[in-house]
Amino acid sequence: MKPSQPQIDTSPPVSDEVRKTTCYMCACRCGINVHLKDGRVAYIEGNRDHPVNKGVLCAKGSAGIMQHNAPSRLRAPLRRVGPRGSGKFEEIGWDEALDIAVNWLEPIRRSDPSKLAFFTGRDQSQSFTSFWAQNFGTPNYAAHGGFCSVNMAAAGIYTMGGAFWEFGQPDWDRTRLLMIFGVAEDHDSNPIKIGLGRIKQRGGRVIGVNPVRSGYNAVADEWVGITPGTDGLFVLAIVHELMRSGKIDLEYLSRYTNAPVLVNQDRNSAQYGLFLRDDQNKPLVIDRKTGRLAPFDRSGIVPDLSAVHGKNGIDHVPVMHLMARRYLKPEYSPEQVAKRCGIKADKIRAIACELARTAFDEEIVLEREWTDFRGETHKVFKGRPVSFHAMRGISAHSNGFQTCRALHMLQILLGSVEVPGGFRFKPPYPKPVDIHPTPHCKASPGKPLDGPHLGFARGPQDLALKDDGSPARIDKAFTWENPMSAHGMMHMVISNAHAGDPYKIDTLFMYMANMSWNSSMNTRGVMNMLTDKGDDGEYVIPRIIYSDSYSSEMVAYADLVLPDTTYLERHDCISLLDRPICEADAAADAIRWPVVEPDRDVRGFQTVLVQLANKMKLPGFVEVDGSPKYRDYADYIVNHERKPGIGPLAGWRKGPDGLSYGRGQPNPEQLEKYISNGGFFASHIPEDCAYMKPWNMGYQAWAVEMGFYDTPQPYLFELYVEAMRHFQLAAEGHGERQPPDHLRKRIVKTLDPLPIWYPTFEKDLAAEREYPLHALTQRPMAMYHSWGTQNAWLRQIHGWNPMYLPTKVWEQNGFAQGDWARVSSVHGSITVPVAHMAALNENTIWTWNAIGKRKGAWALAESAPESTKGFLLNHLIHELLPSKGDGLRWSNSDPVTGQAAWFDLRVKIEKTDAPEESLPSFASLNSPVGKGPDMLAWKVGK
Amino acid sequence: MHPTPSIIIFTTLSGLGFGLLFWLGIGMPPVTGWEAFAYYFAAFALAAGGLVSSTFHLGRPERALKAFTQWSTSWLSREGICAVAALLVFGINAAGAVFWNVRVPVLGYIGSVLALGTVFATSMIYAQLNTVPLWKTHLTPVLFLLASIAGGALLGAHALISAMLLPVAALVQAIWWMRGDRIRNEMETTIETATGLGNAGKVRSFEPPHTGANYLLREFAFEVGRKNARRLRMIALTLAYTLPFFAIILAPDHWHVLAVPTAVVHLAGVAVARWLFFAEAVHVVGHYYGRR
Amino acid sequence: MTALPEKTGRKLGLAIDLDTCVGCHACVISCKGWNTENYGAPLSDQDPYGDASGTFLNRIHSYEVQPDFGSAQVVHFPKSCLHCEDAPCVTVCPTGASYKRIEDGIVLVNESDCIGCGLCAWACPYGARELDLAEGVMKKCTLCVDRIYNENLPEGDRVPACVRTCPAGARHFGDFADPESEVSKLSAERGGFDLMPEQGTKPVNKYLPPRQKDLLDEIDAIDVLAPLLEIKKSRNSGFIKWLDRALGKF
Repeated sequence: MKPSQPQIDTSPPVSDEVRKTTCYMCACRCGINVHLKDGRVAYIEGNRDHPVNKGVLCAKGSAGIMQHNAPSRLRAPLRRVGPRGSGKFEEIGWDEALDIAVNWLEPIRRSDPSKLAFFTGRDQSQSFTSFWAQNFGTPNYAAHGGFCSVNMAAAGIYTMGGAFWEFGQPDWDRTRLLMIFGVAEDHDSNPIKIGLGRIKQRGGRVIGVNPVRSGYNAVADEWVGITPGTDGLFVLAIVHELMRSGKIDLEYLSRYTNAPVLVNQDRNSAQYGLFLRDDQNKPLVIDRKTGRLAPFDRSGIVPDLSAVHGKNGIDHVPVMHLMARRYLKPEYSPEQVAKRCGIKADKIRAIACELARTAFDEEIVLEREWTDFRGETHKVFKGRPVSFHAMRGISAHSNGFQTCRALHMLQILLGSVEVPGGFRFKPPYPKPVDIHPTPHCKASPGKPLDGPHLGFARGPQDLALKDDGSPARIDKAFTWENPMSAHGMMHMVISNAHAGDPYKIDTLFMYMANMSWNSSMNTRGVMNMLTDKGDDGEYVIPRIIYSDSYSSEMVAYADLVLPDTTYLERHDCISLLDRPICEADAAADAIRWPVVEPDRDVRGFQTVLVQLANKMKLPGFVEVDGSPKYRDYADYIVNHERKPGIGPLAGWRKGPDGLSYGRGQPNPEQLEKYISNGGFFASHIPEDCAYMKPWNMGYQAWAVEMGFYDTPQPYLFELYVEAMRHFQLAAEGHGERQPPDHLRKRIVKTLDPLPIWYPTFEKDLAAEREYPLHALTQRPMAMYHSWGTQNAWLRQIHGWNPMYLPTKVWEQNGFAQGDWARVSSVHGSITVPVAHMAALNENTIWTWNAIGKRKGAWALAESAPESTKGFLLNHLIHELLPSKGDGLRWSNSDPVTGQAAWFDLRVKIEKTDAPEESLPSFASLNSPVGKGPDMLAWKVGK
Repeated sequence: MHPTPSIIIFTTLSGLGFGLLFWLGIGMPPVTGWEAFAYYFAAFALAAGGLVSSTFHLGRPERALKAFTQWSTSWLSREGICAVAALLVFGINAAGAVFWNVRVPVLGYIGSVLALGTVFATSMIYAQLNTVPLWKTHLTPVLFLLASIAGGALLGAHALISAMLLPVAALVQAIWWMRGDRIRNEMETTIETATGLGNAGKVRSFEPPHTGANYLLREFAFEVGRKNARRLRMIALTLAYTLPFFAIILAPDHWHVLAVPTAVVHLAGVAVARWLFFAEAVHVVGHYYGRR
Repeated sequence: MTALPEKTGRKLGLAIDLDTCVGCHACVISCKGWNTENYGAPLSDQDPYGDASGTFLNRIHSYEVQPDFGSAQVVHFPKSCLHCEDAPCVTVCPTGASYKRIEDGIVLVNESDCIGCGLCAWACPYGARELDLAEGVMKKCTLCVDRIYNENLPEGDRVPACVRTCPAGARHFGDFADPESEVSKLSAERGGFDLMPEQGTKPVNKYLPPRQKDLLDEIDAIDVLAPLLEIKKSRNSGFIKWLDRALGKF
């Protein structure tokens, strides 16, 4: 029979309308085209013009439609009617909800604002929420950075005035060799995938350093299956090799870093370890041309990396000497570190060699003229096409800050930061530490806080301590326990509030943070703390207000629930004042706007904050006469000015002659302009300003014009961080503000101004023999925290999670497919399904993050595999280290920044019979939103 | 392959029904009147009952008629056409025999050819599939045809023919199984050819695409234990062939009484064999899921 | 209809780069989204908030490959219909619902003719067809036939949804009948291969193999570093002397 075939319509209409906004299925903030049919969301795809994703979109983004229609969406404000943790609520109206909140908050504000702890989780409006908290007057504010990746962010900013991900990226178009460390496959989601694709297309290479060879590490040309917590040691061994063989960029070190800056070497001096400075407080170097002292930025000088200085008989040596002294020691040789890192010495050497070869033998030159801050004009940008990216894998350890610093030192030694082919900053970075705020904590009844909460401590004077030396903040951020905790310490809030250490609070107010489940260490303990009652029969944490869009596990623990919208129903602002969406070649910011209206009685959380502020007449939110300045969040976005001419959005402001960008007056049509431009604004950096930005006066002028800073701010990269030396000096007994004695030794050891490596704390304590394995989580690319689980499409990909075991552990214990195991840490145990993975560090086990769910949450059926076979590793991790018998509560955090040390975990494993479901199991929560439907066939078009 | 009840019932019943029709068509026995009614009723009930059962596994049974269009390429379509044609021819034949005591031998022969054609087409639906190596053999149609006519003979109370066909059918079944066991270890398709990654090393399924089940796993990834399979094969051989054979040999005088109960036992045995036909069959797609 | 065309005008298909696929499932979900809203019946999900199981036209497997020496490797492996030239799924179809288009070789199911017998899924060695339980008809990759010619889409978007969305650029769409097309050239350069060639289906889609990995494991690493090591900088004082000399050179 001759084939005949039906006629089909190959040009059907795609949609009635496309509305362009910003994704919020993870933290990546891609541009999306939302296709509407009959006013309903029909299809979501990436926006081709968008600077972040350039049209592509990940699984989460494309599944946004299922997030938007999720049955777990909260429908109206809720007031608790059952005991806390039961999930029993009644729906109330917004007037009542706001009145309840104001009745709780206003008395606190009048008497003692620090009785409010206001912490936001996956918040993309931190410049706004912090502004609210500052005007309320509480010192107790932070977002989730402290339990996420503050080590990475803070180490980057302290070392080089910028950091990975939001503040920087590899030069994707020119890099020849990319080395990634502990990348969780989501920060930054699509740009890294786009970049990897481009590198591969050009024949470039990728080295993946990760105990687990999945995702990006699976496509890497080289895999380094490192033992967790030893990345810093591995990096320092590479540094050792590069220095030993002279494969470092001396010109770059001399011109652009503090390697030539002179350091006081008089052990008896109160200045020991501090920089030699001139009358204007400028660090001094020796000019190689004259052999004489000169401030680092004097025009025409060539800073000397080797010459020493004797002043009044005191030796001052350049930082470079201190580095040579330290890193050439045999303890950093590949042979010495190999066993500990689980990497063969030859491989370490081969990698050092590959880095050096690519950086120096494949040097690239871009012919663009530029002038540096010393006034010297250069004909070219010289490129070292080696780039690095790292994320939580190296940062979530108790040695994470120093490890991240070590990695930045390696980048700088290779001369590969801010050069073609290397790592590049994204505006508004680079930005020296000096112009960042310092922490503020002074609370007064009825008054705003004395300044922004979070900042970069330069020394003991900046610690958030009360006059009696006790912590001013509930999370004990910026105290001697972790002096440089730039993002706060959200993971300690509930634990400290429950313990009344350093003090008791009245109201805990949280946004989008699933603290009674996957966002906490010691999950069961946190549930107990949230429900614990004192002798008076009252809850130890008296009041809890929580805002979320969905019926998460945390909702059940709130007294008042303020239901947020979905990301397609709201205004948002991804601001240059905060964590913008810039690219290395462009400053960019973006908005979200209601592409559809909510069909429920819900409000955007930021608008609710504006409404609460208006009711309480918070300074900053009301005019002199007490009338509100802002109607809602959209109004705030357009009309708020942080300082004259600088607002949340940089695009389409009003200048003296028409529109202006960066600086300018508020423009009432600003949001419409954003919407018609696809939801974002981008301003491109001129070509001759694109590299060497910290020292490139062309860029500096452009940055001033854009309003990133008011005057040019060139600076040196800080291989040696003097701020850390100030804390060490205090611990050695110098200065007014003194640490408690029990912390002196630790501060001296861990706040070393040059990168060091030390074993993680949990390893110190949990006897290696008893808990021989490391246990980790990784976030799957198709899921974001707990959100993905309510998504009918995504949860089919990851509906439960096995614990992956390396071949050695698999065989030693005689495991077979379908087996279960009990995994125990010094803190607790879980019983979970196991699976075999050969491409895994032999002493490491791991699982996917945040797949396990509590029964009753997220509108899932009781039979959902997330709660029968899925599990959380969190049950094995405690927010405190095991007791040392000294009566003190030692937090399980990095001693510099307070970053939660999730990945220090050590465990043992044993085979066990399969239980009915994974353990521990918890009672089912009452669902305030019911359960989802039995069948989905979601087609909105006819 | 998932042993879907509706398909097992279909191939078992209609195989027996068309087998019986085959014998009736060639005039063995040359029945008329009430006797013809009884025989034809049984045969039609089995054949048509099987066909009806087969529609239960269709997603859209109301469109089943569309299946008659693709006789030039599709064995399933041919099966349907053959089956309907056979039933029509035998319908006329049966009407003549029952109501007018008339037999038209030519019509009967045509009917018998169509009946065998139906069973053959059924078997070719399976035997044509490259994707299921266990089925992909000339022995599969032989197996189906022999089971069909042996069963038909049994039900038609042809003691001698049954006694001759049953051992042959049993032998073919045994050879079919032996072949299956042999090729299981020398399949051309492996996880290495499925993924094309064999050059780089030994391939193992690490993570399935989704943690939950899907259509493919439900349809194709059925696994039956080797021990159970052996036990079931013995049961199938015993019920389908050994017991009926000995019933004929040992009780030839009571054969007319035993024919129906023996056929029922035989039917049960064939059903077990058919269950195994599916349950033991491995679809190559299983390689993608690390199953075989 | 169920007879295959002797020759198709074009051979549209995908080249899938296993060296670049990071296993992110973006293509899986964008396919689900587009094909739920577009061609034919929506791709349904049963018990979507319990023990969910739905229809997907594209799924990503992952495999571990253990070479004779060195570390095991992980390969992400997207799989959807390969639009075979000798498509067994088409010829087995009893109703003519399954067909291979003469003009471009795309294998499609005309859903209004499909009786949901499942035989085409049995005949497909690749697991490319899934019976939708809500609609009772067979679903499969259409190569986004309602996108690639769609005049309502901007020209750049006239590619399958999976290709448009793939963040790493691991999926390439084009005409394999044209030796000058990007996919043909890519496949030739990179040694594109067929899945299960022994099945004789002649797939149009090609897979590009992962490049060789872990080459540094075998390298004797001293080469680039060696010439400099003669300077004996392994001690601090040696390093400073070298530093001084080296600085003198600029």
